[in-house]
Amino acid sequence: MSTVAITSDLITQHQLTESEYAKIVAILGREPNYTELGIFSVMWSEHCSYKSSRLHLKKLPTHGKLVVQGPGENAGIIDAGGGYVIAFKIESHNHPSFIEPFQGAATGVGGILRDIFTMGARPIAVLDSLRFGPLDDPQSGARNRRILGGVVAGIAHYGNCFGVPTVGGECIFEACYNGNPLVNVFALGVAKKEDIFLARAAGLGNPVIYVGAKTGRDGIHGASMASAEFTEESKQKRPNVQVGDPFLEKLLLEACLEAMQTGAIVGIQDMGAAGLTCSTCEMGSRGGTGIEIELDRVPQRETGMTPYEIMLSESQERMLLVAEKGREDEVFAVFRKWGLDAVTIGSVTGDGLLRVREHGRIVAEIPNRELADEAPLYDRPHVAPPRAPAAPSSWPAVPPADALLALLGSGDICAKRYIWEQYDYMVRTNTVAGPGADAAIVRIKENGTSVAMSLDGNGRYTYLSPREGAKLAVAESCRNLSTVGAQPVAATNCLNFGNPERPEIMGQLVEAIEGMAEACQFFETPITGGNVSLYNETLGEGIWPTPVIGVVGLMRTAAAVTRHFKVAGRPIVLLGGLGTCDAEHFGGTQYAKVIAGDLWGLPPALDMDYEKRVQAAMREIVAAGLAESAHDVSDGGLAVAAAECAMGGVGAALHLESDLSAELLLFHEGPSRILISTAAPDAVTEIAARHGVAAPRIGITMHEALAIGNRGEMLLTVPIESLKAAYEGSLAEKLRS
Amino acid sequence: MRFGVIVFPGSNCDHDAWFAVNHNVGQQAEFIWHDSPSLGNVDAVILPGGFAYGDYLRCGAIAKFSPVMTAVRKFAADGGLVLGICNGFQILVEAGLLPGALIRNRNLKFICREVRLRTETLDSPFTAAAEPGEILRLPIAHGEGCYVADERTLDDLAAEDRIAFRYLENPNGSMRDIAGILNARRNVLGLMPHPERATEPLMGSSDGLVVFRSMVTAAAALQV
Repeated sequence: MSTVAITSDLITQHQLTESEYAKIVAILGREPNYTELGIFSVMWSEHCSYKSSRLHLKKLPTHGKLVVQGPGENAGIIDAGGGYVIAFKIESHNHPSFIEPFQGAATGVGGILRDIFTMGARPIAVLDSLRFGPLDDPQSGARNRRILGGVVAGIAHYGNCFGVPTVGGECIFEACYNGNPLVNVFALGVAKKEDIFLARAAGLGNPVIYVGAKTGRDGIHGASMASAEFTEESKQKRPNVQVGDPFLEKLLLEACLEAMQTGAIVGIQDMGAAGLTCSTCEMGSRGGTGIEIELDRVPQRETGMTPYEIMLSESQERMLLVAEKGREDEVFAVFRKWGLDAVTIGSVTGDGLLRVREHGRIVAEIPNRELADEAPLYDRPHVAPPRAPAAPSSWPAVPPADALLALLGSGDICAKRYIWEQYDYMVRTNTVAGPGADAAIVRIKENGTSVAMSLDGNGRYTYLSPREGAKLAVAESCRNLSTVGAQPVAATNCLNFGNPERPEIMGQLVEAIEGMAEACQFFETPITGGNVSLYNETLGEGIWPTPVIGVVGLMRTAAAVTRHFKVAGRPIVLLGGLGTCDAEHFGGTQYAKVIAGDLWGLPPALDMDYEKRVQAAMREIVAAGLAESAHDVSDGGLAVAAAECAMGGVGAALHLESDLSAELLLFHEGPSRILISTAAPDAVTEIAARHGVAAPRIGITMHEALAIGNRGEMLLTVPIESLKAAYEGSLAEKLRS
Repeated sequence: MRFGVIVFPGSNCDHDAWFAVNHNVGQQAEFIWHDSPSLGNVDAVILPGGFAYGDYLRCGAIAKFSPVMTAVRKFAADGGLVLGICNGFQILVEAGLLPGALIRNRNLKFICREVRLRTETLDSPFTAAAEPGEILRLPIAHGEGCYVADERTLDDLAAEDRIAFRYLENPNGSMRDIAGILNARRNVLGLMPHPERATEPLMGSSDGLVVFRSMVTAAAALQV
């Protein structure tokens, strides 16, 4: 295939610009051949090289006292105490999931799981952040329902078989995701501190070993596909989506962890995006070494594969490892036990080159470092993102009780039981708090510590203000953790945006990163890794900027504080107070979306300093065992939060004292608020006061209903059964329609 | 008492069974690899949940041919206690150690939730420690847990008091609400719910302990 002529058409097909091609020629000191062109094109794709975002990602805080491994490896690592660490990361599989929902989502789970166990950590939790077009969209509803069904089944298929619990996540519907659903998967694993493995090729002459599934033609150019907008022809890219085999991945997990225990493994990396290409050159680059491989030895599923195809295949469930010379047999024995292919395909060299041979003949020869780390870096032009219109002078008036029921039954708020019951969220018996909780909690059996996790992003907020929206997402994620008593310690991010070559999209990206950086710095949750997914556009229609943050926190293992009110007659405290809002800051709320059918103004105002104090107070309240139930106020505001607390069968009577209009008071989404029921309200108030935080007693739990009044005027009374009916059945019903 | 936990390559509840026995039941558990021709010196065997060999074919259809199953059959024939949980139940049915079949859930989806079971018999080494009709809260997590059998088999199971557990709210379409059954000799139990996932308060329920405690008592009696 090296005889294929490199024409400008071919270069364009590979999504390389003229200047990028010139850089390739300069690096090589000659024209690349076809295989080399393919290799450069995937490594320098947006997906692999972060060429549009790298400059700005540097603004994110990455250091902290618990950070063991920051960005740059397959996953970030945090010290969890007692000699144990946790490895975690989030990744997107948006483009494949649109083209082939089941396999796209399944392989998304597979990819992130490999990122975790390649670090030596056993995966113990998965969370998913999902965005779809509305299920009742007149044009795209049927397709959106099919995509949701496929994505959920794909995640279930992979995670359940692999044996990792899917313990939480989020699922949101907006028209901007009609042609571009988002599937972001977070995984977390645990390891002994001394058992961490890095993806480095070291030791001249050490064997490079290929393990796992055979290489096929699937997924070729997947990384490049993920770096382009969708067009009508994208459906023809279905063969670019890989097919997952969770059973094989389970074998690979067990075999890799067992092989690592032999002490014969020097470095290891999974073959994810850009497959064999990425794993070889990145391991070489990190180790400052060269790698030479012979393609004849690569296990192949099909005959007649060209070097180009073998190097670019994204077949799943494969790993590349470097072992100590002379100890290969110890490694092979483990893989044999698990019935997996393990073949020496090359060795580590000292010349810094990725040298690929076929039948002994060199078919590609590229410097590792330049290929992996010297990708073009763009300071793409960016302008201030467009502002949404100002608040309308009025919007349709709806009785508060009707509005509450409509919100509870709406896509973003309604119970997601239909989704999470398809996931095995208990396997490994570590799940202390599973789906439906403010934060998921899994225990680490070995050290008495639990890990709390929450994925958060709000496209409405970030559309209205990328900077403030990103800060709000970090604040909410940290608040979710604090609500269950966990101390936020680190974070991972998934940045889903449109085409960065458009200055206003680039402006959204820059502002969101800067907002996220500021908030992560402030809340002391350094970003230890993550993923950027750009070109989320179909037919020129971009998604709203959707940064998703996954914050990880630590706590002592104990029974979880849950959101449901437990018994009648308990005082209710609103930690953080009623908050405030005006029409302008009401435009991003669920009320504006569901009731007014509109979006305007600005996201809710965030005072990070106050937020931090509310969270500190909350953690102290949980640690003192004072919270009988706790739930943060977020989507849908106070009324929705109170209704969610009532879904366990115990309601509440709330008597508020506020100057706000009923709509704003009940449904504004001002942050820094947590609803607590407690048998010891004075102790709660005392802690709040010490942190300088408002904590009004706003009511009492009761049977039968949720009732909310303001200054003696009753605003709504709804029987619990009605709340539950609206909340529980809605999603399954929408999917049936 | 020594429990042997069979490890098929795709077992993923093997550690959970091991942990429950060691930490929450207070007995010894050890792993037995799927190609082992012998079970060693164990008093009871657990076939754990998971996807034994991937289960891309019918669940348990390949597992029944594994070397360890020969040993399990002999162990059962000799009167040893065999507990098949979830995938373990599917394998026992495929291997012919229990009657009937487990097919896809009525709603064609994987279901993970806590369910309530009624203990239907105390006359077994797996349920003797329960109260008559005791209601247990145990989790299920399966895609193929709908128990089916011909009418005659179902009648026989009932007549011989071999239905160990029934669902109070049938989650998967199982005939006659069957959640777990015994073999004729009553030393083999298969059930879809996971008792090992309900062995301490932090797991949300400790109701699964009754199964293991019954086994410990029965094994002690066998040794006397």
